Amino acid sequence: MNQANLLAQILEWMPFVLQGFVLNILMSVLAIAIGTTVGTFLGFGQISPNILIGAPAKLATQLFRNAPWLVLLFYCIFLMPYQVNIGGVMIQLPSWLRATIGFSFPVAANFSEIVRGSVNSVPRGQWEAAEALGYSRRATLFRIILPQCVTRMVPPWMNLYALLLTATPLSMIVGVEEALGRTQAAVQAQSDSRVLIPMYLALLAMFFLYTWPINRLSLMLERRFRTK
Amino acid sequence: MTITPNAAPLICLRGVRKSFGTFEVLRGIDMDIRKGEVVAIIGPSGSGKSTILRTINGLTPINEGTIQVGDIEVSDPKLDQVKLRHRVGMVFQQYNLFPHKTVLENVAMAPIQVLRQPRRLVEERARKLLADMRLPDKASSYPGELSGGQQQRVAIARALCMEPEVILFDEVTAALDPEMVKEVLSAVRKVAEDGMTCILVTHEMGFAREAADHVYFTDKGVIVEHAPPADFFTKASDPRTKEFLSKVL
Amino acid sequence: MITNIQTFFQDLASSGINLTIFYDAFDFDRFVTGLGNTLLLILISALLSIVIGAGCAAILTLSNGFAAAIVRGYIALFRNTPLIVQMYFFYFAIGSIMPVGRNELGLPQPLISSFSWAVLSLSLYSGAFNTETFRAGIGAVHNSYEEAALALGYGKRQAFFSVTAPLALRFSFASLANNLVDLTKATTVAYAVGVAELLYVSNQIWSDSLNTIEMMNVMLVIYLVLTGAVVFIINRVEAAMRLPGFGLGDGQ
Repeated sequence: MNQANLLAQILEWMPFVLQGFVLNILMSVLAIAIGTTVGTFLGFGQISPNILIGAPAKLATQLFRNAPWLVLLFYCIFLMPYQVNIGGVMIQLPSWLRATIGFSFPVAANFSEIVRGSVNSVPRGQWEAAEALGYSRRATLFRIILPQCVTRMVPPWMNLYALLLTATPLSMIVGVEEALGRTQAAVQAQSDSRVLIPMYLALLAMFFLYTWPINRLSLMLERRFRTK
Repeated sequence: MTITPNAAPLICLRGVRKSFGTFEVLRGIDMDIRKGEVVAIIGPSGSGKSTILRTINGLTPINEGTIQVGDIEVSDPKLDQVKLRHRVGMVFQQYNLFPHKTVLENVAMAPIQVLRQPRRLVEERARKLLADMRLPDKASSYPGELSGGQQQRVAIARALCMEPEVILFDEVTAALDPEMVKEVLSAVRKVAEDGMTCILVTHEMGFAREAADHVYFTDKGVIVEHAPPADFFTKASDPRTKEFLSKVL
Repeated sequence: MITNIQTFFQDLASSGINLTIFYDAFDFDRFVTGLGNTLLLILISALLSIVIGAGCAAILTLSNGFAAAIVRGYIALFRNTPLIVQMYFFYFAIGSIMPVGRNELGLPQPLISSFSWAVLSLSLYSGAFNTETFRAGIGAVHNSYEEAALALGYGKRQAFFSVTAPLALRFSFASLANNLVDLTKATTVAYAVGVAELLYVSNQIWSDSLNTIEMMNVMLVIYLVLTGAVVFIINRVEAAMRLPGFGLGDGQ
């Protein structure tokens, strides 16, 4: 078989791999949505002066931030039921969905830290100034502190999304048919060791082309916010 | 402070120009400084005083003109940096001591690492210089443990330890609390009295008046006038000089 | 003493919590091997990644030419692609064109083991992040320090190594600790290429002994201890290298 044939053969498998990559994107979008929501609450919990809220929020954040993604993934795959009964309706939880939930935990913990860090980066004096003007703690947080934090939270949030996307192929290990799993299947089906390098390079390129612009944009935004 | 007026100058600037982007900081500077002379450069901030100093030891490359230090042509592209900086020492406004080295190491490291002089000899010299600067017991302290005035005196010892022929003092008292200005100025005076050629950029008019042999006044990148301090502070001719002096004196 | 512990965990097993690794010698051995491999992965990859990061940051600072372009390309590639795909690429794709030796039984055996590929891959991945950490540390050192060195006759390179780099290191610790925690967590990815590290052996143990939940909890605790230890060690090193009057906020 000559080079042209080899290339044609690889191209033939690309739609199959790309369909898998769509699942990577789907998992990452769902997980960032869940993780950001949960992480917002965890982050607010972390800065709460009430120890009954603060301590559990800090504990959960540290736990899910320091546990390996793969270990959290295993937890969700093995310990979550295959289907759940919500109000008499049985909902199937396919492995990709359970994996998505597994990814949401570390995302939530990381976002919780982003929230805490950006709130803490606002000088202490602003809290005092607001208090002197008669603002309540809650009003200070929502009307004065957070509006300054939101733009600052965007670049690290984008980095977190990029990190999440590049973590999604881990779900291949627990049997999710995403891009890496499909690349492996495609390589085995072709049983030709010459396709190995180009097939994996193509997969790397897919991730790179998706993630690189996100990280670049994040860097640009970060620079813009810093000079303001 | 004996100056032979006809001796060839040690440092000679001719038509020096320098721009940062579109802003021309130096617009044709001429200066002659003889060996052993103490020269003060004064002028409003942003007039290019510090830039003049930084061009003399090559920290700021120039766009036009020539700078001669002894037989060294500073703007020569094949310039031997080590040779130039061996001859020209510098003391900065912010001291710029190396915080990860002890006081003794700060003073001795360049002669050892750059000039490759034997450690024992250099350290002996460094200790003597620290004693001269009235800091004999601070050799093993870190710069962060010293007051600003003490740090600046270490910085002077560090410059002296290279055994230069001329030292550039760049607003060395500007970052100091008032009570420390005096101790640093008396250290500078001691260096000058020992015969070192000194070029000072300073805001301390009183010091310039009594310690300098010659005063240069710069404004907007040119030297407006220069004279011995006795004449300069009493018989300044240019209106810009008069206006400046009326503000600071 | 040891028999007491074994009896305790056997009793515990009959009450529903089956920690075979504490009473079954075979599971215990497997577990210790896995833990040892995980520690080795962390240790070797951490050292290599720090060396890579320091070297690349130095190149980025001192050179503008070809070498710096290569380093920038390397960082972009490794930061924007998944570690597990990188590891597969090295192990399966590059591994497929590597020479194959023979083991003592005469069977084919790759010259580069899956452990080595995992170390290489983890080091390069973490090294890209460390490069950015050290680069940011260098950026945090005010250039007046370099200038003072230049005024004393130091060359650019000499000033970098004697003055800027030691100060930059002190600005890098917080971010470095983060990267090494990530590296510690990332060693689990070596599971994917069959390195018998902690996750791999735990999986074997729970497959044989059907104690999935117990083993996962043990694993989780161990990783929390390991990441805690990494942070502790870096904090100790940072404290030992702290300079009077120099640090966050007052680096001039």
